[in-house]
Amino acid sequence: MQQATWQPCRLSPILCRLSGHTVWLSLFILVLAACSPAVELASAAAPSSQRVIQNKGSDTLVNLALAWAEAYRQVNPDLLIAVTGGGSGTGIASLINRTVDIANVSRHIKEEEIDAAHANGVEPTEFIVAIDALAIVVNLANPVSELTIDQLSAIFTGQIDNWKELGGNDAPIILLSRETNSGTHVYFLEEVVRQGDSGSKAIFAPQTLLMPSSVGITSEIRRNPNAIGYDGLGYVDPAHEKLIAVAADAGSPYVMPTVATGMDGSYPIARPLYMYTAGQPSDAVAEYLAWIQGPQGQQIVAELGFVPLISP
Amino acid sequence: MLKTEQAASLPAAQAETTPSRRHSGEWWIEQIIRGAGLSTIFIIGLIFLFLLREGLPAFVRISPLNLLGVRWYPIEELYGLLPLLVGSLLVTVGAVVIAVPLGLITAIYLGEIAPLWQRELLKPLIEVLAGIPSIVLGFLGWVALAPLVQQAGAPTGLTAFTGALILAYMSLPTIISISEDALYAVPKEYRDASLAIGATEWQTIWRVVVPAARSGIVIATVLGIGRAIGETMAVMMVTGNAANIPSLATGMFFQPVRTMTATIAAEMGEVAQGSLHYQALFAIGIVLFLLTFAINSLASMLIGGGKQQRSSQL
Repeated sequence: MQQATWQPCRLSPILCRLSGHTVWLSLFILVLAACSPAVELASAAAPSSQRVIQNKGSDTLVNLALAWAEAYRQVNPDLLIAVTGGGSGTGIASLINRTVDIANVSRHIKEEEIDAAHANGVEPTEFIVAIDALAIVVNLANPVSELTIDQLSAIFTGQIDNWKELGGNDAPIILLSRETNSGTHVYFLEEVVRQGDSGSKAIFAPQTLLMPSSVGITSEIRRNPNAIGYDGLGYVDPAHEKLIAVAADAGSPYVMPTVATGMDGSYPIARPLYMYTAGQPSDAVAEYLAWIQGPQGQQIVAELGFVPLISP
Repeated sequence: MLKTEQAASLPAAQAETTPSRRHSGEWWIEQIIRGAGLSTIFIIGLIFLFLLREGLPAFVRISPLNLLGVRWYPIEELYGLLPLLVGSLLVTVGAVVIAVPLGLITAIYLGEIAPLWQRELLKPLIEVLAGIPSIVLGFLGWVALAPLVQQAGAPTGLTAFTGALILAYMSLPTIISISEDALYAVPKEYRDASLAIGATEWQTIWRVVVPAARSGIVIATVLGIGRAIGETMAVMMVTGNAANIPSLATGMFFQPVRTMTATIAAEMGEVAQGSLHYQALFAIGIVLFLLTFAINSLASMLIGGGKQQRSSQL
């Protein structure tokens, strides 16, 4: 009697090779990671006299940190600064695990993170390096151009779910947010969704799309006429996205997010951006941080669309 | 057919390994091969233990009401698994519904209908498809497919349907290759007999060949499901990642969802080891593991049943 026994390896070389693809995939990701602009190692074959500063964290800060690192090569060619993104939480976790020298963080450090750092013998030291105005962005075709913080909170908690309630078209509002590990997400939750009320338990509506990157938000805003999202001022392009003027409350004036309104404090959704070091920084790191906070570093802040700490 | 081949080759193998040729070197090689084989079981055991150790505490520390809730929002310690489960199921079911019929039809064409030169051209091409890294397909879906889905009338292009399309495409090569191999393994006599008693070619394919290859086709489907449910990067890029249970009324498949795999991938980087959130992510891993285990068991049951039925018929 004949029987059609099915044997995967004899009959299908592809099945036997399936596990091999995992290897290829990881290789590919490695290559991607190596090509990614977020990883900047100026020279692979560094002479032993050169020091490497590991700098990791907030995706909001990553472009700024890269620009600083690049410009600082002119100041001190012996210092290599390796910049990586990944999110504020990731940066602090790496600082606690002592794998980075500087953590980039786009929110204030949390109590539990300080506790975890102390438990590991690390004393996080804070440096304010720039100010970021959080821009509310919609599609260019959206007729709505002004919103209050109150309305934004109602939009992102799902109480207002149609643009016509805000004077726009009769269309559902598509909510875009960063992932929960993003400092921007936490800042937006506390200052906009909860309107700064620490007792509030309001959270994002469940239908909020959580995008893994700033680019994810901008690309969806550009192609979806009903989407609304938020992004750092340095990441928005007024030619392709419409910026919303925001008022602190119904009686206040609506203010557009710009470097000027961020600096004078009239734009209501602006936040400091931080760098944290483990304990007091070493000489090289301290010099670098002083340079960032000085006129040269702050010039770059303004060039990239963020708000500088001092007038350039 | 294959079993008889094996039986024939067995005495020959025994003749080769006469006691005079059995060196101690051979013993070592046998041990190494055995060790390599058994290491798989060992490693799977370790992975499972690790998963349980890291994830089980979540089921104790998080109240069942919270775990069965409809909100997943770790910042507020809301760990409802339901939206993630629904998200994974929607995307996977969608992918299977699209990929299995398409894959089976392609396999039938390749195995039964296509002329030789087409088959020799198509088969390697399909294997190349299987080698495309998932993140490339994810990027393609994000850039090209999502705008199309949005134009088709969905509120956003990042939906369960978009994810299902990408996953269907990813599992197609697996389904096609394995189904085609299963069809190929059906003895020629079956086809000859069927045609001889006056069945048309289509009747032969649909009533004789496909049922005879059923076990292989079921395995193809299961492997397709396995690939779909475990896929992460591509899904994370195109499904919108909203931990929301889509309502039936507005077209379940055309709303954003958040899958279990994407949740683990997106949140693993930020969590402190040993925290509640960390354990909750491993709890998702356990659920995912049990789910794939259930699917595989179901498949082996189906195959077992099919074999018995067939041998009783013959």
